[in-house]
Amino acid sequence: MTVDTQHALPGLLDGLDLVRADFPILSRTLGDGFPLVYLDSANTSQKPQVVIDAMVDHLERHNANVARAMHQLGAESTAGFEGGRDRVAAFLNAPSRDEVVFTKNASEALNLVANTLAWAVGPLAVGEGDEVLVTEMEHHSNLVPWQLLTERTGARLRWFGLTDDGRLDLSNIDELVNERTKVVSLTWVSNMLGTINPVAEIARRAHEVGAIVVVDGAQAVPQMPVDVQALGADVLVFTGHKVTGPTGIGVLWGRRELLEQLPPFLGGGEMISTVSMERSTYAPIPHKFEAGTPPIVEAVGLGAAVDYLSALGMDNVRRHEEAITAYALEGLGSVSGLTILGPQDASLRGGAISFELAGVHPHDVSQVLDSRGIAVRAGHHCAKPAHKRFGVQSSTRMSSYLYTTPAEIDALVEGLDYTKTYFRVD
Amino acid sequence: MTSQDLDALYQEIILDHYKNPHHEGLREPFEAEVHHVNPTCGDEVTMRVHLLRDGDEQVVADVSYDAEGCSISQAAASVMTDLVIGKPVSKALGVHETFVTLMQGRGGVEPDEDVLEDAIAFAGVARFPARVKCALLSWMAWKDATSRIVSGAGRTEETEESTEETR
Repeated sequence: MTVDTQHALPGLLDGLDLVRADFPILSRTLGDGFPLVYLDSANTSQKPQVVIDAMVDHLERHNANVARAMHQLGAESTAGFEGGRDRVAAFLNAPSRDEVVFTKNASEALNLVANTLAWAVGPLAVGEGDEVLVTEMEHHSNLVPWQLLTERTGARLRWFGLTDDGRLDLSNIDELVNERTKVVSLTWVSNMLGTINPVAEIARRAHEVGAIVVVDGAQAVPQMPVDVQALGADVLVFTGHKVTGPTGIGVLWGRRELLEQLPPFLGGGEMISTVSMERSTYAPIPHKFEAGTPPIVEAVGLGAAVDYLSALGMDNVRRHEEAITAYALEGLGSVSGLTILGPQDASLRGGAISFELAGVHPHDVSQVLDSRGIAVRAGHHCAKPAHKRFGVQSSTRMSSYLYTTPAEIDALVEGLDYTKTYFRVD
Repeated sequence: MTSQDLDALYQEIILDHYKNPHHEGLREPFEAEVHHVNPTCGDEVTMRVHLLRDGDEQVVADVSYDAEGCSISQAAASVMTDLVIGKPVSKALGVHETFVTLMQGRGGVEPDEDVLEDAIAFAGVARFPARVKCALLSWMAWKDATSRIVSGAGRTEETEESTEETR
């Protein structure tokens, strides 16, 4: 699909046609010959050729296990893997590469923090009488690990509610953030409502009472400039496959002092310093948290992915998302019977837009759109409590990314009108 | 998926039942009430079954339900009630088995219109594995509720059950 010049919205990425050409999958046609309109990037992003090539090159030429192989390929593979860490650290503006821990995905990163806090001794320990604070808009992966932590330790789980327009209700923040609060864990950008949360402000309040601040950046890191030194959080997690990288790798960034105080998560090779039959001592961070053979080629791919994003410029990516999101909010608003969930102002939200279409269930919406080559997500998007808050069982979600064009939004809007006709709605 | 596939999935009969569902709503009396969910998509059904003894046999006197879900799952509930209400339990269970066989046949099973009536419209759904669970949700709920009555579990309070696809 070429970019329609009539739709040259201010804020779109320069050379959007060329950017799209970086993503081979975008040239596919589906069904009866419709060009792919991929609007499911909040679920997983597509991959540019440079990421695919970096991974293929690693497997074709440099494959070996990392760290423990003393031969040349081992050294090359280790350089590729640790190079991925360097690139991620630079992408996040982390003070040290040692603060970047590779995990399986964002869920594992959150579970790592929740579990090690359960096992921690001393000031970090979470126990009876303590409180863990989350929000009602969390993805299940930033809710269930904290439910498990509080159930296992006897601590109390509390949460920020939501306003009717889909923002965090901070009216009772003084009560929710108190001297018993040990952890505040929240999403930066909601995967369902799209809401961008005031992380720095909440982190400041949390730190006043000595709580640790964990930020789920799964939706934010792909589309917004990130500077962990300015964010104010103690931990930021995200996943590789939503930032144009591969599946199978996630990132946990944590402040050095915190990571050094936390006990190990998984035990095994690579995470040790010495081992005897009775006990072991552990490697320094980040390897303390990376037991076993890590996701090597995935780290190589992730490194290429964040370099790709940096070359485009994350400020430009954010501007593009905002322009497309504003255009999509306008287009979706023109479909009668359609209700958008979450903020209506593109400057307050990310590129995921969930909506209801009166008289047609989300699964039927997505099925009809699929017959026209349009990929969206339908369901509860792993955010059941947030859906319940708005009295909705499930929704349809379109999510754009740096390769999305206004013409694709037009195709979606046309597809929704077609869906209504198909299901005989007005 | 092509538009032809789409039409195979959404047969007119299915869209008709979706628009005008039969036997909808929860009614008294009933001997069992169950609540089934499809965890992958969140579709839900609350179903009540009322059986009456007629001589040696138990007969399905009423099936009432409150369902939330896609057109396939809603239409399946409607068609299912048409098929089982008024039938002896043994015969209704036979229809259930025929329908399940059709749905698990991956499009390779020829539907028997004499047994399945409107339910033959779901033959197209069997070709789309992601949607088979939608069609089976209320059928599984009905069988569960009926089994509870027949096995003497008596009037059961709301029961959470996930409908698992059995292959």
